Amino acid sequence: MAKITMREAISQALMEEMDRDPNVFIMGEEVGVWGGSYAVTKGFYDKYGPKRVKDTPIAENAIVGGAIGAAMAGLRPVAELMTINFAFSAMDYIVNQAAKLHYMFGGQFTVPLVIRTVGGGGRQLGATHSQTPDAIFAHFPGLKVVSPGTPEDAKGLLKSAIRSNDPVFFIEHATMYQVRGEVPDGEYLIPIGKSKVQRAGKDLTIVTYCKGLELSMKAAEELSKEGIEAEIVDLRTLRPLDMEPVLESFKKTNRAIVVEEGWKSYGVGAEVVSGITEEAFDYMDAPVLRVAQKEVPLPYNRALEQAALPQVPDIVATAKEVLR
Amino acid sequence: MKKEQLLDMYHQMVLVRRVEERGMELYQAGKIGGFMHLYIGQEAVGTGLIAAREDRDRVITAYRDHGVAINCGISADEVMAELLGKVTGMSRGKGGSMHMASVEKNMWGGHAIVGGHLPIAAGLAIRDQYEGNDNVTICMFGDGATNIGYFHEALNLSKAWGLRVLWVCENNQYGMGTAVERASAVTEIYQKADGYAMKSSQVDGMDVMKVYEAAKEAIDYVRKEGQPYFLEIDTYRYQGHSMGDPERYRSRDEVKKWHEKDPIGVFNKYLIENKIASAKKLSEIEASVEEEVEKSIEFAETSPEPGMDELFKHVYVEETSA
Amino acid sequence: MAETINMPKLGFDMAEGTLVHWVKQVGENINKGDVLAEIETDKATVEVESPASGVVLQLIVNQGDVVPVNAPIAVVGVAGEKVDTPVESGKTLAPGASAGGKEERVADEKPAPQSQGTPASVSSTVSMPSDGAIKASPLAKKIARDNNINLAQLQGTGPGGRVVRKDVESALTSSQTSKVSSLQSPISFTIASHEDETVQLTKLRQAIARRMTESKTLVPHFYVSHEYKMDAVMAMRKQVNEYLPDNEKLSVNDFIVKAVALALREFPNLNATFAGDKVVRHGAVNVGVAVAVTGGLLTVVNKNTDQLPLRQISADVKQKVTRARDGKVKPDDIEGSTFSISNLGMYDVENFIAIVNPPEAAILAVGSAKEVPVVENGEIKVGWRMKATVSVDHRVSDGAEAAQFMQSLAKYLETPALMLV
Repeated sequence: MAKITMREAISQALMEEMDRDPNVFIMGEEVGVWGGSYAVTKGFYDKYGPKRVKDTPIAENAIVGGAIGAAMAGLRPVAELMTINFAFSAMDYIVNQAAKLHYMFGGQFTVPLVIRTVGGGGRQLGATHSQTPDAIFAHFPGLKVVSPGTPEDAKGLLKSAIRSNDPVFFIEHATMYQVRGEVPDGEYLIPIGKSKVQRAGKDLTIVTYCKGLELSMKAAEELSKEGIEAEIVDLRTLRPLDMEPVLESFKKTNRAIVVEEGWKSYGVGAEVVSGITEEAFDYMDAPVLRVAQKEVPLPYNRALEQAALPQVPDIVATAKEVLR
Repeated sequence: MKKEQLLDMYHQMVLVRRVEERGMELYQAGKIGGFMHLYIGQEAVGTGLIAAREDRDRVITAYRDHGVAINCGISADEVMAELLGKVTGMSRGKGGSMHMASVEKNMWGGHAIVGGHLPIAAGLAIRDQYEGNDNVTICMFGDGATNIGYFHEALNLSKAWGLRVLWVCENNQYGMGTAVERASAVTEIYQKADGYAMKSSQVDGMDVMKVYEAAKEAIDYVRKEGQPYFLEIDTYRYQGHSMGDPERYRSRDEVKKWHEKDPIGVFNKYLIENKIASAKKLSEIEASVEEEVEKSIEFAETSPEPGMDELFKHVYVEETSA
Repeated sequence: MAETINMPKLGFDMAEGTLVHWVKQVGENINKGDVLAEIETDKATVEVESPASGVVLQLIVNQGDVVPVNAPIAVVGVAGEKVDTPVESGKTLAPGASAGGKEERVADEKPAPQSQGTPASVSSTVSMPSDGAIKASPLAKKIARDNNINLAQLQGTGPGGRVVRKDVESALTSSQTSKVSSLQSPISFTIASHEDETVQLTKLRQAIARRMTESKTLVPHFYVSHEYKMDAVMAMRKQVNEYLPDNEKLSVNDFIVKAVALALREFPNLNATFAGDKVVRHGAVNVGVAVAVTGGLLTVVNKNTDQLPLRQISADVKQKVTRARDGKVKPDDIEGSTFSISNLGMYDVENFIAIVNPPEAAILAVGSAKEVPVVENGEIKVGWRMKATVSVDHRVSDGAEAAQFMQSLAKYLETPALMLV
């Protein structure tokens, strides 16, 4: 097992799947000659050529719409949207086409498509390039939404996503490509739709995913110094959402917080809290609280931006609040 | 063209019209729900165009799709059953009027978002390019769709990547109730292809033979050149945009004028004048269509409703725990 | 004219009450005598009746607030009526906080300070609030429900006094500890580690703690013990009980209560309250009987004991003890005792010493009546004996007086016929 970066893990997954299945190909803005705007597909163009690594025009509808058509016709495209913020331009294709074609035509069409995209704030890119709107995409039945928080999960989940016969919206985080972690070599799959306990604890449950996992792990270390042991459940897949490990943990700890980078209103946290209320009401010993982004468009100024994003001390304080 | 094929085309045109006329009655009787967009008046377009394709060529269209479905070989039974929301419809009653499709017949769907299927058509062609074959994807859409962004992204991509797509604009003069000249900067719609250095032409869509010939030529070009082509087919819909359209945007006289060029009448005359078929033979075809449509209604009405298990089926291909 | 309703004083030593539950909400019609709210005092939860009819115009305090006696809690008047005097609610205290200030021990003998408000009247029935009125987490409610624990008797340690899991579990383990420890398996020699437990005190326990500490630190105690010959009482009890229905049979304690009352009539100095530079000798002899209840003890009071026949004393005490154990005690049941008896006879206790229950001046601790070998006229015989110890406030009385009181008590217990005349 090697300790590699998130970028390397994603890159490995793509390469292994392209080697395995000739129907897998990549299309997106700057995925080829440039090598990927986050350097994930560096070297792919030279290895696989323009047929399988397609540089597209800056036209998100053509990218996702084209990938849907290719998928319907039997290929396994990995369409890359340079950032999740551009996914709004292709919203019709993601939620109105990819998510519905299989159902709407009574199962006649399948859309084995992966849309890889990059979300998250914290890099002073201003309001339109810094969003974490994951919950919006998780709203639609028919779409699978995956967002890993470790290199191991990124690799295993991306490989599963490429093999999935359903459309998968795969969200990476812009500030996590350098995160390192143990990743099993070679063939290795993690099922979509399974949450995972990333840290065991007994005092409270922290439910989170993606960037929130990184922050929550740090917060758990802080809490541990004070004798508080947090159990961290990583959702990994936002749709279909696997609440079982969350409920199992909550039934043990009876107290929980949800950490997400997106806005609090109508967010992932709201969904998780509702699930706990619906399924584990009699186990609640305190209200379940949320740590999330402040309700503002992200500002450019670094201090302001950091103030708007959830931080480790916010998680620590909120954890203590539910333990009162 | 062989006599049999011409008579089959006549049969298709009459069948499309009868299915829709009976569909109107069923809609008014409350047996068909939702939107229903009728193709009456435009039968020559789908019929001529699809007659010119090989079976390996893909077809994808918008929501005015009953006629194209029948042209592609989907039976009246299945069309009628889907209209009535029955499980025996092609989309198991979950798609309705706007979502007729059959992978087997290489018919990739009626699509309900204006212009939404154009990039998908490009994607279908990506598959054929990837495979290295010379299949053509025929993508049909209305004049209204040429004003939406998807259209431009799709045309640009097809030309930039050399995709084998035949873009077919069925110009029926109105995008819903807005006339072409009120909505489009360019009223000669085929000229829009110039912006993408794409070859294009225009043809009379009330004459099925002219449509057939133009389509044949265009498909040959796409197949041989490995380039997209843009064909504008001018036509007219006799009915409103969809059921319940008050049609305040056009005069009765205008509709009447187009009726004089009725595509079935034109083709009927052509077949008789060229001694391809007698009036009696054509009447026989019409009578057989009546019977076929009657049977399709009986089939649809006696077909079962989808069970409640259909509700959760096909959300995903893979059954998931959630 | 709108009427302001104040926190009623429900006991002579009540300084504050917790408003547990508003039964009526703003805008609701209310008739005089309707239950307006439930209030928890040190001793019980009490329903408060509205002294006026009309519409609830304003609820001044929140559920869970601790409110000093006589502070306004609500306004009742005519619908639409303007509440002209903005009623101050600043007197309310954060939950759990003490009212501060010293409690006046003899305050019940002075007229209550006049205020413009009307103290709410207290209904005749006192009940524990329902589950819904208590601030508790869903988990705490479920555990309480599953284990038959009354949440009202628990003190919440969560935010805003919310009863949380650990509060219920503490109550659970404290009620099970003794059984569990006696059942430890002797076969296993592994040493189990039992973690420390913090058990939150109930309101009642807090009151006991406060008052006993006050008594033991402020009241100089002295003690006099005496062994009583109980043969005559035991014989008379046996005789009398043969003629009484089961539910009216007399207990040994009933005889002691009556005997004490008669002895107190002879020693009024022990039926008294110390008051600085004077002693108040109470006119009535009201004997209190200590009763163990969940989470503490209460003293139920038999009034004018010296003047009541034994059977009536017995019935009265029995009723009040039952109510106390069921948590349905009425304020009147526990107010106004002038002397207390604590009897641990049923636990096979030889002798013990009690702490004076202020503002009383003395308390009698009673052990078990047992058959023991006794020497009479040089012969060893079997006889009924019972030891008792009186604890007395030295500021009020002295050893000799107490000893004489104990002798007087012996007179009644050894010749119980005197109790009948």
